[in-house]
Amino acid sequence: MARSRSYQKAESKEEKRMRRAAWLQHWGKTMKFAFYCLTHPLDGFWKLTHEHRGSYAAANTILILAIFTRIIKLKYTSFLFLNVYWEDVNVFLYIASILFPLSLWVVGNWALTTLFDGKGRLGDVYMGTCYGMLPYPVIQLPLMIISNFVTIEEGQFYSVLSVLSLVWCLILIVCGMGQIHAYSAAKTLLFTIASLAAVLVMIFLLMIFFSMVTQGVSYFISIGRELMFRM
Amino acid sequence: MKRKIARIVTTVAVMLGVGFSSIATVKAGEDNYTYTYDYWGDVQESPDAYTVAQVFDYSALGIDRNLKAPESLFVKGNIVYLCDTGNNRILELERTGSDSFRMVREITEIKGAEPSTFNGPSDIAVDDDGDMFIADRENNRVLRVDKDLNFKMQFTRPSDQAIDSEMTFRPDKIVVDTAGRIYCESTGINKGLLKFEEDGVFSGFVGATRVSYNFMDYLWKRFASQEQRAQMVSFVPTEYDNVYIDKEGFIYAVAGGLDEEDLKDETVDAVRKLNLMGNDILVRNGEYPVYGDLYMGGAGGITGPSYFKDVTVLDNDIYICLDQNRGRLFGYDDQGRMVYAFGGNGNQAGYFRKAVSIEHMDNDLMVLDQLDGTITLFIPTHYGQLIYDAMAHFDVGEYDESQACWEQVKMLNGNYELAYIGIGRNLLSKKQYKESMEYFEVKYDDENYSRAFAQYRKQWIREHIVTILVLIAVLAIVPMAIGKVFSLKEEIDNADIFKLRR
Repeated sequence: MARSRSYQKAESKEEKRMRRAAWLQHWGKTMKFAFYCLTHPLDGFWKLTHEHRGSYAAANTILILAIFTRIIKLKYTSFLFLNVYWEDVNVFLYIASILFPLSLWVVGNWALTTLFDGKGRLGDVYMGTCYGMLPYPVIQLPLMIISNFVTIEEGQFYSVLSVLSLVWCLILIVCGMGQIHAYSAAKTLLFTIASLAAVLVMIFLLMIFFSMVTQGVSYFISIGRELMFRM
Repeated sequence: MKRKIARIVTTVAVMLGVGFSSIATVKAGEDNYTYTYDYWGDVQESPDAYTVAQVFDYSALGIDRNLKAPESLFVKGNIVYLCDTGNNRILELERTGSDSFRMVREITEIKGAEPSTFNGPSDIAVDDDGDMFIADRENNRVLRVDKDLNFKMQFTRPSDQAIDSEMTFRPDKIVVDTAGRIYCESTGINKGLLKFEEDGVFSGFVGATRVSYNFMDYLWKRFASQEQRAQMVSFVPTEYDNVYIDKEGFIYAVAGGLDEEDLKDETVDAVRKLNLMGNDILVRNGEYPVYGDLYMGGAGGITGPSYFKDVTVLDNDIYICLDQNRGRLFGYDDQGRMVYAFGGNGNQAGYFRKAVSIEHMDNDLMVLDQLDGTITLFIPTHYGQLIYDAMAHFDVGEYDESQACWEQVKMLNGNYELAYIGIGRNLLSKKQYKESMEYFEVKYDDENYSRAFAQYRKQWIREHIVTILVLIAVLAIVPMAIGKVFSLKEEIDNADIFKLRR
């Protein structure tokens, strides 16, 4: 009994190593595929979900990389291009500035497209959007390093590349969304706009929700206070 | 007799004591009397650059009766001319000591002109020969008289088509240049300064202010009918409030009462420096435009932007604007960066009720308060003098001395932008690029930093050129060599002779 158990354990260890290696290999392959998507948005994003060439692990990695870039560039970009008023910096706000719009977009887009025969599931939309964010770290990180070696007169390229990284992301995300749901070009554009409207509606609802909760809570607090004063 | 002498002695002693204590107590040590703005526009408290030497009322100046709505000061050498507008007289005062004045004469009428008395004399300018130019506003003329008050000539309303026929000529502020031309700011004329040649001929307007207009108002106007349009605000340039001519002959003109939004959008200028052509050549390299206070909130019931009523230019090109709205003085250097700001509205020494005019004698400042009828004399503190010394040394290329002064300023005021940038500029001039970059970076001076960095980079590459070339060579050659070795090895492995042997 004891022997067989130790035997089993040894095997599962071996399996675990194998599985880890396989996982790592898969992660590497799917990460590599993200770079293919950079230059082949239509083809790449079709294969991403329909041919299972992407992975959540890679999507999460890209997302973390983007957030990391957003924070690290505050500190290491030359002051010629980016001045930070450190007294007001809140790292959590910077993290939320990516996560919050991302989640709203993913949920809003999925909620709409699922009603209008979109092929993508919620996870697919998330994966595609994360893959579409790759240009941001890919451009911004080297740009951050280079910014320390130029003067302000030579710095025109900084703003151009900076804008380019965002525009590229935007194009990728929109293209990716269309491919994931197998939409035509016109339908893609239409649902991009519709999703943005959905995002606004969700923000509105969230605001109402939070203000209601605040008022509700304060109502009970004041009742409690009142009782305490009377007793 | 002895007792009488003793009494006089004690009275004098008491008076002296009062005099001393007044100097001691008015040392304006209140919080935030002097401040500057940092890169972010935050108020940074600063040591006092100026301290009040004394506040002179009419008796301290040696004048027989109180001033009535005085409007202007003018300084020539150690003589101060004071336009006591409401009393229709001009007072000539001589500065006899660091804090004492003596009345020289009271000018109430002149010889050989009709009328011979003044009616609301609002400004005076004196040229190098001692000829006086007096803006006699309510008599609609500018008088030129010699130093013995003999009438020489007068400048009256120009009969030019450029001037509206209903417009009266009410010369308010005047300056005279070295060639005897006068530039006149006239109430109600908004086309710029009236320029008169030496012979009295009107030769045109100089330096009209920019017209700012709201785009939405403009759109409305496009679609409005004639009657509606007549009721709307028309887009007109603002009048100047005051003028000052510096030692190089450039005219500094200030305009108060500007719109807050226009100032923030930089579509109008509170201060302009006009050259001979009337073009604005004021350098605006500061982080913030030259319009005084950045914050225009309603603290103490005062709202709106600073109202620049007067300006004076020191010999080192620092110009000091007088804000009538909050009773403050704003000093700017030749690059348009704020050097200091101080003052306020109030009744204490160093505060004003209605400041109307500012003048300088060397580095001492005099501010005329219209409601109080007083002149406040400011003298630079040790801190203020250090700043001036640092700038003066830098201008003549004494970088070590200038740096030493700035270091002391930095010790007194660690938040002072100009101290860091000043040290950096001195280091840059001494070719110590790396060190200067550090100082510029602390205060976000990107242009100077870039200048230093470009030099530093050039120097660095020159020093390390061998290393760089070797590195490039190694990077290029090593992979090639490795490739060669491998291909050679493959060739050898596949060579027929070796195969045969095997």
